Formats: sequence, structure tokens, C-alpha cells
Amino acid sequence: MTKNIMIVGVGGQGSLLASKLLGHLLLTEGYDVKVSEVHGMSQRGGSVVTYVRFGEKVYSPVIDKGQADFIVSFEKLEAARYMEYLKKGGRIVVNTQEIDPMPVITGAAAYPENLIEKMEAAGAAVDAMDCLTLAEAAGSAKAVNIVLMGRLSRYFDIPAEKWQQAIRECVPPKFVELNLKAFELGRGE
Amino acid sequence: MKELMLGNKALARGLYEAGCSVVSSYPGTPSTEVTEEAAKYDEIYCEWAPNEKVAMEVAFGASLAGKRSFCGMKHVGLNVAADPLFTCSYTGVNAGMVICVADDAGMHSSQNEQDSRHHAIAAKVPMLEPADSAEALEFAKKAYELSEQFDTPVIIKMCTRIAHSQSVVETGSRVVPETVPYEKNIAKYVMMPGNAIRRHPIVEERTRKLTEYAESCEFNRVEMGGTKLGIITSSTSYQYAKEVFGESASILKLGMVNPLPVKLILDFAAKVEKLVVVEELDPIIENHCRQLGLTVSGKDVLPVCGEFFPNMIAEKLGGPVPEYNTLDEALPGRPPVMCAGCPHRGLFYTLSKNKCTVLGDIGCYTLGAVAPLSAMEMTLCMGASVSAIHGFNKALGKESEGKTVAVIGDSTFMHSGMTGLANIAYNQSNSTVIILDNSITGMTGHQQNPTTGYNIKGDPAGKIDLESLCRAMGFNRVVVVDPYDLAACDKAVKEELAAEEPSVIISRRPCALLKYVKHNPPLHVDSDKCVGCKSCMRLGCPAISVKNKKAVIDSTQCVGCGVCEQLCKFGAL
Repeated sequence: MTKNIMIVGVGGQGSLLASKLLGHLLLTEGYDVKVSEVHGMSQRGGSVVTYVRFGEKVYSPVIDKGQADFIVSFEKLEAARYMEYLKKGGRIVVNTQEIDPMPVITGAAAYPENLIEKMEAAGAAVDAMDCLTLAEAAGSAKAVNIVLMGRLSRYFDIPAEKWQQAIRECVPPKFVELNLKAFELGRGE
Repeated sequence: MKELMLGNKALARGLYEAGCSVVSSYPGTPSTEVTEEAAKYDEIYCEWAPNEKVAMEVAFGASLAGKRSFCGMKHVGLNVAADPLFTCSYTGVNAGMVICVADDAGMHSSQNEQDSRHHAIAAKVPMLEPADSAEALEFAKKAYELSEQFDTPVIIKMCTRIAHSQSVVETGSRVVPETVPYEKNIAKYVMMPGNAIRRHPIVEERTRKLTEYAESCEFNRVEMGGTKLGIITSSTSYQYAKEVFGESASILKLGMVNPLPVKLILDFAAKVEKLVVVEELDPIIENHCRQLGLTVSGKDVLPVCGEFFPNMIAEKLGGPVPEYNTLDEALPGRPPVMCAGCPHRGLFYTLSKNKCTVLGDIGCYTLGAVAPLSAMEMTLCMGASVSAIHGFNKALGKESEGKTVAVIGDSTFMHSGMTGLANIAYNQSNSTVIILDNSITGMTGHQQNPTTGYNIKGDPAGKIDLESLCRAMGFNRVVVVDPYDLAACDKAVKEELAAEEPSVIISRRPCALLKYVKHNPPLHVDSDKCVGCKSCMRLGCPAISVKNKKAVIDSTQCVGCGVCEQLCKFGAL
């Protein structure tokens, strides 16, 4: 059975490292894997989405509505934007950080309130946490991606050591300690 | 060894393993990484050419000399390179020559979603279409064999979802074939009428042989499953069809999309009850089936516009569609924006303030059209701003000359802007052209170009001096401004629009995302001084927002460019 993880956020937040880590880990675990990224114009502060799919044999590189086992969101509004992609019974793991999009900045729209509660009311299981604060505690605001991976790892049968090994193999040596710390804070054991 | 590899990187790996020696390309999403990855192999000579036509001619020259060559581009780039393509179909090749074109159905980062298969058909050149990274690698290698066997350039067509998705590949080692000796052959390589007349029938005969080859080649395969539904498909559409129908339908997967087989399709059609073609964009395979007299479904149910998704195929063809929960809430969109500290912002603010008519071009600065700046009124194709302003001003004369500008980036100017500028200099319209020189090709992810002074590997290279170039073309008025200095921008725009002769303004500052660019500390708002006038908001900077009627600066985004500071009359920034 193919499992689907969507990673969503704002262009420039570091979702490519998260998908690289997942792809590397899942391939090592013996799965067929596909990871689909977005390059180009959307990266300029736009809404970005990365698809990670794994199983015995994966065909489609993308995930469609109602198919995601997990939505990992770097930003609250983006979690809500992609909620329809969540499989019934799936889970949203979300960083509670708010980043105003241009229509909010210009005053043409307001940033929606109580999104976590609204997503839960609409039937989604939501695991929300302030990853930015944890990332800063680990040593860098940029480690939000690995904090989220730490949180996501709680829902997998893959032992923490395997995730930690994948981090060592995917990030430059001088950032390994910082990212291991971020992973630990995100996993919260 | 098994590894996960981006489709574009896998294609580059295929070039490497096939012994490709010369690569020349122009960057364009979603094709760029093929050449960037190829450049990581020291055994391959790689370069960024000024445009796709030049790139293809470089690749042709290398093939003529006897080395396997490659050029890569996006779909619209193939329009630029169509001229050499159509005639190197006639000459054929010496050593193998492979062209990659990457289509962008869904227009993730493009100005149209044309279907490049039309180019292959019109130029009478074979086209392969991989459906994942492993095929991208394999097809690249086999494309060279095909090119040499049939004496033709071969096109590999990628699409966004194949180019930018990673899947599992197994790599092999590089095998470099012997250089094919170059021999003078005027009848084959000099395409003047007397020779070309003799080459055209050879091209037609080649297409006939390639069609025969397509009947049983390894690129096309039948996967028999349930016979109620038979699907003919290729590329990412194949993956969606397998995802939705698995073994319940039979599939004819085409890896070679030009020329299309005849017998293979007729035989497949005879084995299934209902025949459907699942192809993105235009109904090319479908029309081919109709010409063969088959009853076939395709664009009667599936859209011509946009890219496909699995649920869409399931819904239209009767497969299972999953249910999902919806959020009953109108969410604000998140369109792409110019980055905080983007050097284009100050210049576009100036154009917006002066109510200029702005004819634009292709690049990050196309985002100048987005609110609140909304300072762009036309974008067509690479270089069109410079040519179109000439036509605009010739049509309206004094009515438009004093308020109309063309804006074009440094890389786009090198690509196709120079010829338009030559036309202004030659046919003399009183036009004002602004070159937005951010010292890099920005939108595609920072590629060097002829004005930056560095080559694809980041080593020092030739550097074209824009000021000297414009003066040499006959422009007396060439001014350089720093777009972070709003007063200087305003002065330059007003003066050059008022001038009675054509002029060029070079707005010069490196892209704020370049690693060597040093940033200032983030600015802060003095909330006692801020009156909430929102003057700073007119810049459309993603680092500035208003909370509780006061401006707030996001210190994680602000790079201290100081442009907003110049707009604040209350010294609050």
C-alpha cells in the first residue's frame, strides 16, 4: 500500500531538505520512492508543495485530493489551503507560525483566525506545535524543517536512530549537531 | 547502486554515460537542472549560451566535428531554436546530437503551455518521452544510438512532473565512443536549394523507416490487463493511468511519440473493448488514431488546457475517486512576490509613481505586474519589450514616447533584447529602454550569463559591458542608476522620458539572494513615530505588514535595503 506525505509551506522555508531527508530514509528502508518538487516562479515567496510517496511500487509522482496520509505544513494557512488533500483518517502536522501573504500585507484580505480549530472541526486530526521557537532553541530559525521531521517521526515505525542517521547523511557536517538537536526537540521524547 | 534522482539529473547522467562531450543550453524552467547537473561532470564541456538558437547551433557544430553533443531548453526555447532544428533535420548529424525540451503543462513557470510534439512532427525529427527518472537516464543513452543509426537529431521531451520529480535509478559507467572523423561533405551540410532539394526526400524516407522502427522498438510497450478499457498514453499521464487503473485496464505506453506506430496501435485497439487516449495538452496521439480509422475517446472527456491529475482521470474515465473533508473558509491566496530586498522593487516603484506605461519581459521582474506595484502592462516572450516599445512609439509618436518604457533583465537582454535595441537605434524611435541588471539569471535559480563575467562552473569568463554595447549601437544617452536610491531612479526616469532621443537606463544592483551580497541589519519600526500612513506598504515588500494600525517589519525577512526608509516621512523606519 502506497503511503503519501505532502510537505507544504512558503517558498524559501526549506521544504527541499525535508523531502530530501524523507526520500533518503525511505529508500534506505527498502521502499520504492517518488519525490516531486516545485521549482521556478512559485519559489518566490509563493505557496509551495512537495509530494513524497513510498510503497512497494509507486506510479504517480503527485498526490491528489483525499490521498495524503500526512500533510506536514511549515505554516498554518498553508495547512488549511491543502487540507482537501488529506485522506480521511489522515493527520496534519503543522508549525503554528503565521506568514502573511501579499493580499494580507496589502490589506485586501485578513489572515484567517482559529484555523487549527476549524481544521479539526472539519474532520482533520491536527498536531500543531510552535516549531520556530523549538528551531531557535536548537540554534537556528532555519531548522524548522527538521523540527517538523522530528514530530512526523513519532507516527512512523522507523526507529529514531534511522532518522538520525539519515540527517547525518543529508546535511553538511557543520550543521549535523544543530539538526540532530532540532530533530530531538521536534520528536519530543 | 540504486539512488533517488531528479528526472533532469538522471537525464544528465544519461548524457554522461553515453559519452556526450559538448553541452550548450539556455536556462528555462523546468529544463535548467539538466545542464547544471551535466556541468558537474568534468568530462563534459558545458556552457550557458546567450539563447537557445545559439545553443542548438553550438551542439550541431560539435556533432559535425564528430563528438556527441546536447542542448537543453524549455518549450518556448524550442521556438527560438526552431530555425536550426528544422534544417539540421535535413543535414542530419555526424556524431549523435540530442536535444531536450521540457514542457510546462499547468504553466508552473511559463507564459504559455504549448505542446512541443508539434515541433518534432513539423521538423520531422524523432521524439522520445520518458515517464520517470530511470527512463530519462536510459532514453538519453539510447537517443544517441538512434541519432547515429538514423542520421538525425533526436529530441527528448520532458514535462514539469518528470523533470522535477525524483525516482529510483541505477547508474552505470561512462563509455565514450570514438570521435567520428569530420569529412567535408558539401551536399549533406550546405543547405542551399540545390542540396536541400536532394535532402528532403532522404528526410521523408527516414521518417518512413522510423515509423517501422516504432512498431517494435523498446520505447513502446503494451501492458495487458483487463480488456474492457484500453489506454494509449505516455509520460506522466502513464503514471496517473497506472495509479488509477492498475491491472484493471490494458495500457499501450508510448516512449517514442514521434513518429507514432501504426500496426502496434491497431493491434492494441483490436484487443480492447473501449479505446481511450490519455495525453496532456493537444490531441496528437488521438488524431493519429482517428486517421487510422479507430473509434477513440480522448479530448471529448479530458481537457486540452492544464496538466492532468490522478483524480481527474479517475473521474472522467470511471475509476475510484477518494472522498475528502473540506474547510468552509475563504483563504487568502499566496501568489509569488518579489523577495525582500529585491533590487527590481525600487525601480518598479518609480515607474508606478510616474504612471509609466511599462512594456515588460520574461524574468523575476515580471512580478512587477503584481499588486500593489502593478507596474507592467505587457509580457509576451523573451526580448519582446524592446521590440514592442519601438512599435508602440512608432504607432503613437509623442503621445506615448514621454511616458512609455521597456524593462528587460540582463540575461533576457543578452538572449533577445539586443536585436530589438539595434532596431530602435537603426529605425530611430524615441524609446526608453531600462535594463534591469541584477547580474544573474534570477528566476531559473541563478545562472551566469554573458554580462556577469563568470561561466557555468563559476570560473572567470568573458564579460560584455552593457554601457559600451549600447553606446556602440548608437545610443548617446546611457545612464546607470542604483535601484535602492529612489531619488536617483526618479530623476533618471523623468530625464530620459523627456529626452528627444532614444535612451537606455541601466538599473544595476545584484540579486539580493546571491551568496556574495552582504545585507544590512534589518530595519525596525519606531511605533511612537509611525502614524500608520501605509506609505511603506506601497512597495509590496513581503517583510512589511501592518498590525494594530502600525507598520511592522519581519526581521527574519528584512535585508535592510532601506528603500522603505526613503518613503517614510515621519522617520519611523
